[in-house]
Amino acid sequence: MLSAIFILTVLGLTLGIILGAASSYFSVEGNPLTAEVEAMLPGSQCGQCGYPGCTPAAAALVNGEADITLCPPGGRTLAQELAEKLGISVDLSNMKDKQPMIAKIREELCIGCTKCFKRCPTDAILGGSKQIHSVISDACTGCEKCFDVCPTECIDMHPIPKSIQNWYWSKPSVSV
Amino acid sequence: MKLFKIRGGVHPFENKEATAGSKIMPVPLAKKLFIPLQQHIGAPAEPIVKRGDKVLKGQLLADSQGVISAPVHAPTSGTVIAIGKYPAPHPSGLPVRTIIIEPDGEQRWIDISLPYDDPFNLDPDEISARVAAAGIVGMGGATFPSAVKLNLRKRYQLKQLVINAAECEPYLTCDDQLMREHASEIVDGICIMMHALQVIKTTVAIEANKPEAIQAIEEASKDLAGVSVITVPVRYPMGSEKHLVQTLTGKETPARALTADIGIVVHNVATAHAVQQCIRYGRPLIDRVVTVSGGAVKNPGNYLTPIGTPISMLIDFAGGFKIEPARLIGGGPMMGQPLSGTKVPIVKGSGGILALTAEEISQKQTMPCIRCGACVTACPCGLLPLDMANRARSNDLEGAVKFGLMDCIACGSCAYVCPSHIPLVQYFNFAKGAIIEKQRGQHKQEETRRLAEARTIRMKEQAQAKREMMAKRKAEMAAKKAQEEKKLNAKQRSDAEASA
Repeated sequence: MLSAIFILTVLGLTLGIILGAASSYFSVEGNPLTAEVEAMLPGSQCGQCGYPGCTPAAAALVNGEADITLCPPGGRTLAQELAEKLGISVDLSNMKDKQPMIAKIREELCIGCTKCFKRCPTDAILGGSKQIHSVISDACTGCEKCFDVCPTECIDMHPIPKSIQNWYWSKPSVSV
Repeated sequence: MKLFKIRGGVHPFENKEATAGSKIMPVPLAKKLFIPLQQHIGAPAEPIVKRGDKVLKGQLLADSQGVISAPVHAPTSGTVIAIGKYPAPHPSGLPVRTIIIEPDGEQRWIDISLPYDDPFNLDPDEISARVAAAGIVGMGGATFPSAVKLNLRKRYQLKQLVINAAECEPYLTCDDQLMREHASEIVDGICIMMHALQVIKTTVAIEANKPEAIQAIEEASKDLAGVSVITVPVRYPMGSEKHLVQTLTGKETPARALTADIGIVVHNVATAHAVQQCIRYGRPLIDRVVTVSGGAVKNPGNYLTPIGTPISMLIDFAGGFKIEPARLIGGGPMMGQPLSGTKVPIVKGSGGILALTAEEISQKQTMPCIRCGACVTACPCGLLPLDMANRARSNDLEGAVKFGLMDCIACGSCAYVCPSHIPLVQYFNFAKGAIIEKQRGQHKQEETRRLAEARTIRMKEQAQAKREMMAKRKAEMAAKKAQEEKKLNAKQRSDAEASA
């Protein structure tokens, strides 16, 4: 009787100590998945998803509050990666891939106010005060931050032009 | 010599009779020549001429950018009338940067005198540098810069050079005819290439259906111990370099590796001719032999065409169309690409222009796959085309890659034998393109992240610098104020003392 009580007490105490130690040693601050998801997002903090930046967007994704198709600059590629990461199976073949857009400045209307230049999250706009600004199209993510601030509305969003560098054969249409 | 069997392959109708043995005819100058800046694999060339410049025949128009690139030269003397976008000989028909020249008809060359007498005294590096500067690319159709392949000796232990003169594509006879008419120049070119590669053995592989060409090259090389002509069996795709090497040596090139990994460099026979012209006479690559054939062409034949000649001009010179062609193809019927129209120009890689009739293309309704396995038997790479196509169709790109999509050479043997007429190669081309686009998307995402991070760091630094500046200025102001107060105090005190 006594020995049984003793054994169980010792056992309970030992396991309790181990668990207590483990909880402090292996403690995690927040969800590690959030950090991983955040690393996958473009990181340009453009806010097109409706969240203030990529970190809150990642948290929302992990908590299941946001859709995996939320990130327009990431496009379909990112949506697929996110689906794999979060273990969600979604049929993306029907997802209307929002065509990737890039900004273009109409030079005859640009007054060189530098507003767009200051807001570009990827430094894709080149220009200076009272100088015509120009977009480096390879670096543009199409976040539309510049589009919103331009006082003369001289910025347009264009789809990325097709060239023989990015053209490829379409899938043969399935016959009946 | 013992030859080795390759797996798979097909025997398409040769259809070479129409042009075999027809003499190479020079094509007169077109009114305008359209010279695309990208006629090769790699980075497009960058123009060094302006609109309105007068150029001479053989003058450099645009220089190569980086190692995997090639320059372009003026095919004749004349005036640069525009540098702009013009449709490319590409299935998409999309425009590419093109230099447009209006010939003056004088055909005046630039100074092409050479600073040496004997090319065999030249350093091998000098030869490959001259080949690179002449804009020579693989003329079998792949258009890979030839100089890069001549430099392979630096990284690989090379044993022999193989000259690819198989010309296994139906209809095409441009290499055949070049060998019949210019055998001695080709053999000279081969010797120069052997010197550049520092190898002592060369095999010229010609398919058995070209007896005249075999005889001509044998005749021209009979005094050379290192050069041997080998007749290879007629079987498509014998002209695929990996399969040709396997036929000759029995060695299979490892997947996604180069033939140089097994000690062999393969060059096309027309490239050997271009190298000879460059090293012996200093001429850059400004023209090539093009086979114009197909049931819709009036006078099929082989034509020596300046680069940049519009296809419409070439077809007119070949007597025009007998009937409206059902399809226009650049290259051979097996691996060639459809052309969007006749206004696109001839480029360095254009071996053939085929205007095929509806009968010749025999387009049939696609039927469901019956899993007969004919494509598996035909595949020279030992792949399972039906499984790859199924995965590509359901957008399972990774699945297609697992089935060996990246080892597919797009030879078209599978689609040729398919009894259900499934466009297998188009599925593979689609899947390969989609994979490249995905990689491009990932690359852009990484770059975006890098740019955004760099910007964040810079913004922080700027804010920090601003704060420091403010603090400094504040301190200065405070010090100044304190000094002024002190002065004021002293003055007041002295005033008070004075009044007292």
